[in-house]
Amino acid sequence: MVTGVAGEHMAAPVPNPQFVLRGARSAVHALHFCHGAQGHPLLLSGSLRGLVHVWSLQTRRPLAALDGHGGQCVTWLHTLPQGPQLLSQGRDLQLCVWDLAEGRNAVVDAVHLESVGFCRASVLAEGPQRWMLAVPGRGSDEAESSPRPLLLAGYEDGSLALWDVSARKVCSRVACHSEPVMALALDPRRARGVSGSAEKVLAVWSLEGQQALQVRGTHELINPGIADLKIRPDSKILATAGWDHRVRVFQWRTMKPLAVLAFHSATVHCVAFNTTGLLAAGSGDQRISVWSLYPPT
Amino acid sequence: MDPVASAVRLAVQEAVHILSSSEDGGHIISTLQSLRRYLGETETQAPPEEQEEFSRTHFSTILRCLVGKLSPDWLDLLPDGQLEELWASFFLEGPADQAFLVLMESIEGAASPSFRLMKMARLLARFLSAGRMAAVMEGQCGQQAGPASRLLQETLLTRVVGLPDHLGNRLQRETLAAFFPQNYFPLLGEEVLRVLQAVVDSLRGGLDCSVSFLSQVLGKACVHGRQKEILGVLVPRLTVLTQGNCLWQRVCWRLVECVPDRAMEAVLKGLVEAAPGPEVLSRLLGNLVTKSKKAQFVMTQKLLFLQYSCSMPMLQSLLGYLAMDSQRRPLLVQALKELLETWGSSSAIRHTPLEQQRYVSKALLICLTHLGEAELRASRDELLASLMEGVKSRLDSSLPPVRRLGMIVAEVASARLHPEGPPLKFQYEEDELTREMLALAVPRPAADGPSEAGDDELVPYDMSGDGEQRGSKTPAYVRDCLEALTASEDWERWEEALRALEGLVLKSPAATREVSLELAKVLLHLEEKTAVAGFERLRQRALVAVTVTDPARVAEYLAVQFYALNYSLRQRMDILDVLALAAQELSRPGCLGKAAQRGSPGPGSQPSGAAVPAWKAVVEERVRRKTRRFCKQGSTGRAAAAGPNEFNAVAGYFFFPLLQRFDRPVVTFDLLGDDQLVLGRLAHTLGALMYLAVNTAVAVPMGKALLEFVWALRFHGDAYVRRGLLSAVSSVLLSVPAEWLLADLPDELLEARSWLADVAEQDADEDCRLLAVKALLLLEKLRDRLLPLSSP
Repeated sequence: MVTGVAGEHMAAPVPNPQFVLRGARSAVHALHFCHGAQGHPLLLSGSLRGLVHVWSLQTRRPLAALDGHGGQCVTWLHTLPQGPQLLSQGRDLQLCVWDLAEGRNAVVDAVHLESVGFCRASVLAEGPQRWMLAVPGRGSDEAESSPRPLLLAGYEDGSLALWDVSARKVCSRVACHSEPVMALALDPRRARGVSGSAEKVLAVWSLEGQQALQVRGTHELINPGIADLKIRPDSKILATAGWDHRVRVFQWRTMKPLAVLAFHSATVHCVAFNTTGLLAAGSGDQRISVWSLYPPT
Repeated sequence: MDPVASAVRLAVQEAVHILSSSEDGGHIISTLQSLRRYLGETETQAPPEEQEEFSRTHFSTILRCLVGKLSPDWLDLLPDGQLEELWASFFLEGPADQAFLVLMESIEGAASPSFRLMKMARLLARFLSAGRMAAVMEGQCGQQAGPASRLLQETLLTRVVGLPDHLGNRLQRETLAAFFPQNYFPLLGEEVLRVLQAVVDSLRGGLDCSVSFLSQVLGKACVHGRQKEILGVLVPRLTVLTQGNCLWQRVCWRLVECVPDRAMEAVLKGLVEAAPGPEVLSRLLGNLVTKSKKAQFVMTQKLLFLQYSCSMPMLQSLLGYLAMDSQRRPLLVQALKELLETWGSSSAIRHTPLEQQRYVSKALLICLTHLGEAELRASRDELLASLMEGVKSRLDSSLPPVRRLGMIVAEVASARLHPEGPPLKFQYEEDELTREMLALAVPRPAADGPSEAGDDELVPYDMSGDGEQRGSKTPAYVRDCLEALTASEDWERWEEALRALEGLVLKSPAATREVSLELAKVLLHLEEKTAVAGFERLRQRALVAVTVTDPARVAEYLAVQFYALNYSLRQRMDILDVLALAAQELSRPGCLGKAAQRGSPGPGSQPSGAAVPAWKAVVEERVRRKTRRFCKQGSTGRAAAAGPNEFNAVAGYFFFPLLQRFDRPVVTFDLLGDDQLVLGRLAHTLGALMYLAVNTAVAVPMGKALLEFVWALRFHGDAYVRRGLLSAVSSVLLSVPAEWLLADLPDELLEARSWLADVAEQDADEDCRLLAVKALLLLEKLRDRLLPLSSP
């Protein structure tokens, strides 16, 4: 009857973003943190109009705008760990490889894609010159890994599949959503992951013995639609980009809701963490908000 | 004659003679030392029978003689204060009761600021610090009560307890710290403990002892209001000593039992307050309530019904004490019955202060937690009858706190009295009181809450602003809203229309005026069809907006509808609220909007927006501090924007229709009968309208009509109605220009004045008294302002 009365205190109000990047001039659909020359932290953003903006986190100004997708939406951005190469995936069915070294910004290679769905590509980098790229084909989604490369893919029928890439067969498959899987994230340390879909739940699943996918639980959300989700590199918190204009932050270990960031005024399309704990969210309102929550110790 | 007696008398007579005449220090010393033999402190003691004879018959004489000799010269007869030391030893080592009485007597007899007075006072302080007070009291414990000793006890008692007062009176500002009550009574407590220890020891040794003198001391000290000081020392020690020790417990029980009846209340109240819980209280008191009628009256009547000053821990101790023993439990059942009866009595609800009603309710809840199923079942019918009666009268009340008490107690009590039935559940807002009361209803607090989670637990931010996202069916025009609200079966659209309406009305006044009456009608009849968050508020805001946009027509419509046939009380009160709010908005544009913005950020609004005002305030404050202003008024900051009072033109439409038919009941609505809650609200609303009509031409007839209304209802039995009437009077005094008041309404004012004076003195409700005093002050101010005008 009176549980929770004692010791209950007012929760702190949600902080404001640390800063906001304006000037993308169209909805932001992809975000990626990386390091530029001399180790300056950069944020890359991909926009609906096909531009990739390179932002300096020091000056908080755009350094460059790369145009390589013919005005079509950029849906995925990634840099290779040991090089200045940038991969970008666009709605123009091209996956471009950019060379950003020494101020260059030219497309050096491109892969033609076949899928026009929401599926993003994924990269498994093993060495300086050895990396593996998974791109959606006519029917599939995303990926992560182990000594023997495994690929995790989310499908539009709401299922997740674990592929053994070298054997080219599905190790395990589990149906965890009733709507298309929109995003998934894996925490390799705990062999657990989370996925979001067009419906109102997040599904948390585990990779038992690296072979069997198992749904561990679901977490009900207030509004349907998850466009993207990321686990912070230190595995402490999880952030989701919601169609309800809000970024939700959870404690990853327990899935306890921690914060609702209601800053944007349109669908949030993408979120990204960097190693220092910064969280960036890109939205249809053309803004990128950058937050510092629960700084890693 | 007894040879012993005559020998002692001879020796004493000689000594007295030498003491009074001799100037020779050595002689005096040897005389005193020879007398000390009788005190039994020296090596060469006198025989015991001589000692006894001396202390019984001659000791006081010697002491008085010593007091009489006290002077600076006399003490200086021998160097180094030898004489003074010897002199003092008689007081400190002889029989304590006589020494104490002579000390007090000589202090009373001494001239006010004098050498002797200060000497005696210092000696008394030494007497106290040497622990002689215990000896004084111990001397009374072994004695059989004869008429002579009773007189002595009486005198001692007065002196012992009255010591700080006596000394304070005599010494005035020169008094010593030892005689301050806050120092003396704790010391007295210590001494009482030492005597009790001695009593326990002698009982162990098989000797009979009486503690009645100690009880009297305790009682008198408590009657003098020194419970905290004396019991603050006694109770903690007794708590420890009585733990697992039957002898101590019995002595303690006896101590309280022997307290005279007239002091029982003070002692018991002090004990209940000082005892840390019912277990301790039970150890200290035993079954006192079953033995002493007076104690029973104090514990089961006085502290529960006649007073309401006990704190909650005290009440817990008291009722817990009653519950702890099977012999006392019938008293607890009886107390519950009486509490419930008082709680449910409609007369008590009307005439007792709210504070006392809370107190009784809390006591009731505590009682319920202590009683078991079987005991409750035994008198269930009786209890249920009182409960139902009380719930009915409380829910009828127009004061929300009274209603809420009814709800809480009804929920808890019905769950205990009728556990098999479906649980009763009321809707009330949680606040500090409800939480406190519900916490009381839980038997005993469990040891500790759940243990804290791990260290890496992250603290969530405030997520209260999180809610469902709204669809995109928001209508864009007032007419669309009207259509959506009346005809739509699409509930999402209906909700959106309701949400958008206020903004649309304010944005497009012209379009609103075309459909204002329809809109008002629809909104007034609107029912909550879906669980929209804040439905009441949305509807009210929209109605206010419509009324403000087209005041004359809508206000008149609403005011007429107030007396129409087919409305619920809720709707009628809504009408009143809307009229008052709209009048406020018209009279001071913008104030509502601001209040609303600040009040509650609606669901789904940006929570970060809530931080903006604080931020803005900081910046404004900084600007204000850094800005130098050259005109004087500017420093006060924002001045209210001046503008015409738009309420001026339409006040009559708001006001007069509401006054027309309050005394004519219709089938569903009887203002002067059962619907007094609405009547109270009406009075408040009329007062508010009057107040907002300040500086308008219509204020004078409004004031006149309002005073008539007040006059007709001034003896209404409901406190809420009376409060409304009183605030209405204040509004009249504030809003109607003073000259007009005196010119047009002199008789009404005179009558009102005497009524207000009566209310201010006699009304049972505290708020009523306060409001009456405020109105009286306004009247006084009015008179003061007008008199200098008219006198020359």
